[in-house]
Amino acid sequence: MTYDVLIVGAGPAGMSAAVQLSRDGLAVAVVDEQPAPGGQIWRGVERNMSGPVSRALGADYRKGLALVEAFRASKAEYMPETQVWQIEEGWSVFLTSGGRARRVSARIVLLATGAQERPVPFPGWTLPGVMTVGAAQILLKSGGMLPEGRVWIAGAGPLPLLYATQALDLGGRLAGYLDTAGRPGLAVLQKLPGAWRDLAGLAKGAGWLRALRRKVDIVRDVKDLRAEGEGRLEHIEWSRHGKRQRVEADVLLVHEGVVPRIHETLALGCAHDWRAGQGYFAPRLGRWGEASRSGLFVAGDAGGIGGWSAAMVSGEIAALGIAARLGKGGDVEERRRQARLDDRRARALALRPLLDALYPPLRERLPDETIVCRCEEVTAGTIRAVTRTSVPDPNAVKAATRCGMGPCQGRQCGYTVQALLAEVHGVPVGSVAFFNIRPPLKPITLAEIASLEDMETAG
Amino acid sequence: MFRSVLEGSAAAPDMMVVVNGVETPAWNGETVASVLLRVPNAGRISPVSGKPRLPYCQMGVCFDCLAVVDGIASTQGCLVPVKPGMRIDIQRGPREIAR
Ligand SMILES: Cc1cc2nc3c(=O)[nH]c(=O)nc-3n(C[C@H](O)[C@H](O)[C@H](O)COP(=O)(O)OP(=O)(O)OC[C@H]3O[C@@H](n4cnc5c(N)ncnc54)[C@H](O)[C@@H]3O)c2cc1C
Ligand code: FES
Repeated sequence: MTYDVLIVGAGPAGMSAAVQLSRDGLAVAVVDEQPAPGGQIWRGVERNMSGPVSRALGADYRKGLALVEAFRASKAEYMPETQVWQIEEGWSVFLTSGGRARRVSARIVLLATGAQERPVPFPGWTLPGVMTVGAAQILLKSGGMLPEGRVWIAGAGPLPLLYATQALDLGGRLAGYLDTAGRPGLAVLQKLPGAWRDLAGLAKGAGWLRALRRKVDIVRDVKDLRAEGEGRLEHIEWSRHGKRQRVEADVLLVHEGVVPRIHETLALGCAHDWRAGQGYFAPRLGRWGEASRSGLFVAGDAGGIGGWSAAMVSGEIAALGIAARLGKGGDVEERRRQARLDDRRARALALRPLLDALYPPLRERLPDETIVCRCEEVTAGTIRAVTRTSVPDPNAVKAATRCGMGPCQGRQCGYTVQALLAEVHGVPVGSVAFFNIRPPLKPITLAEIASLEDMETAG
Repeated sequence: MFRSVLEGSAAAPDMMVVVNGVETPAWNGETVASVLLRVPNAGRISPVSGKPRLPYCQMGVCFDCLAVVDGIASTQGCLVPVKPGMRIDIQRGPREIAR
């Protein structure tokens, strides 16, 4: 089957683009590895429209239902629980679903793959009991799960505060909140206008941070976090103003912001730029969201973090650009003006500088014993040692240590390796590249490859 | 380590799954990875150090949720919703990779 457009990701960006492209009469398929549409922000929104979880998740969350319904009603073909593991120019896209692989063709590919949380290694972060705040929020959205025991949050920015508020609303208990942001600190979040205020705290106005403080012990200026335990998390330790503190803990949730998912564009050899203010690589995109490979478009957080409303606008912009490329859509410049897409995007992005300031760049020296690569268990010390005698190239580290060679393919260690190389060689972080990424994008099994061959001989 | 907000309420669990041979309650909407967090000794064992791991990201980017699901090894548990009667077993070896 050949589609006009294959969209990867059914979040705000992918769904907005799919709705508009199908209205313009194009044959669209949307692939997503999640079981239902919504992306990260609106995960499980169709199921969570009533009951206690819905109330706690807040108004911004429930807003997603309108777009999900428009997407369901559109002519776009939706393929849930399906992963993309290879994309070839031309375009052939290789998918796997339920242990079986297949290939589909499309004239244009739109990547709306969103963001992942920035991996922040510290000693003990591989212990059972340590996970990300985003992971805990996903558990809440998909099954109403709350953490139990002595639960600590450590991190910066709006997502941990949002999650803390949501969990407390549902009767969850938090032992404490370790704020790693430093200046400008949490209080500034009270001043966020528009969509970001909803993200930062569900209660409008200034009362929510005080409310949070009443229920949870908030510790400012936390540094040198460490998790300890035999086989699972038992203690956490940190320093504050030069003093070490140690407490018992069962669950530790960490979060230091989100970064675009770039494995797809890296594997296709697209040009990327280092965004020093945000500390991540983003694909270089044209006015309509087209990457440096013709016929490959990127929308939403995958092209640079902007949040859900900016993601929706960029999905609409990309849809116009794609329609024009395929000879549909009429006067797209006029439609872009009429829908005031550039104004809407500027408004959605107005808060980025403030939010960026909340996530400080890695400023602590990672202790040598810290595991950097979760898959192959390569430590910071090993990477430093190898790096001293080689060029500042992550691929040399990979070849020498297996760091980045496990199933996650550097999704957890890429930026840390980059930072360590910059540290040892005394060069700016942005001058060090990311790992070379080669397909498959996700490790696939021999059985899956065999099923692909079966299908091709049969077809 | 985790519980459902519905757990302990009058409502019965939505389904039962079988984790390492033991019948375990599960709720609609949750994934295999969320079950791994509630049942002791169900998480994968690192093939490098032999130490236990549990799901870390819940969104497909860490691979610490690998499990044997209905006999299929190396399944990324956070991407698979639970189904009644599903068999979930501990993953000890490395992932079989066709590369
Ligand atoms: C864990 C997490 C929690 C967040 N929670 C919030 C929140 O509560 N409020 C908020 O305002 N913002 C939240 N964000 C920020 C969020 O990124 C944006 O607000 C918004 O979801 C971005 O929309 P998007 O369409 O660009 O991408 P997303 O919403 O992330 O959608 C991308 C989709 O692509 C799919 N995908 C990615 N790669 C593949 C692949 N290879 N194969 C198949 N499918 C794939 C994913 O399953 C996902 O559904 C969160 C981000 C993360 C990472
Ligand atoms: S929990 Fe990270 S990949 Fe599943």
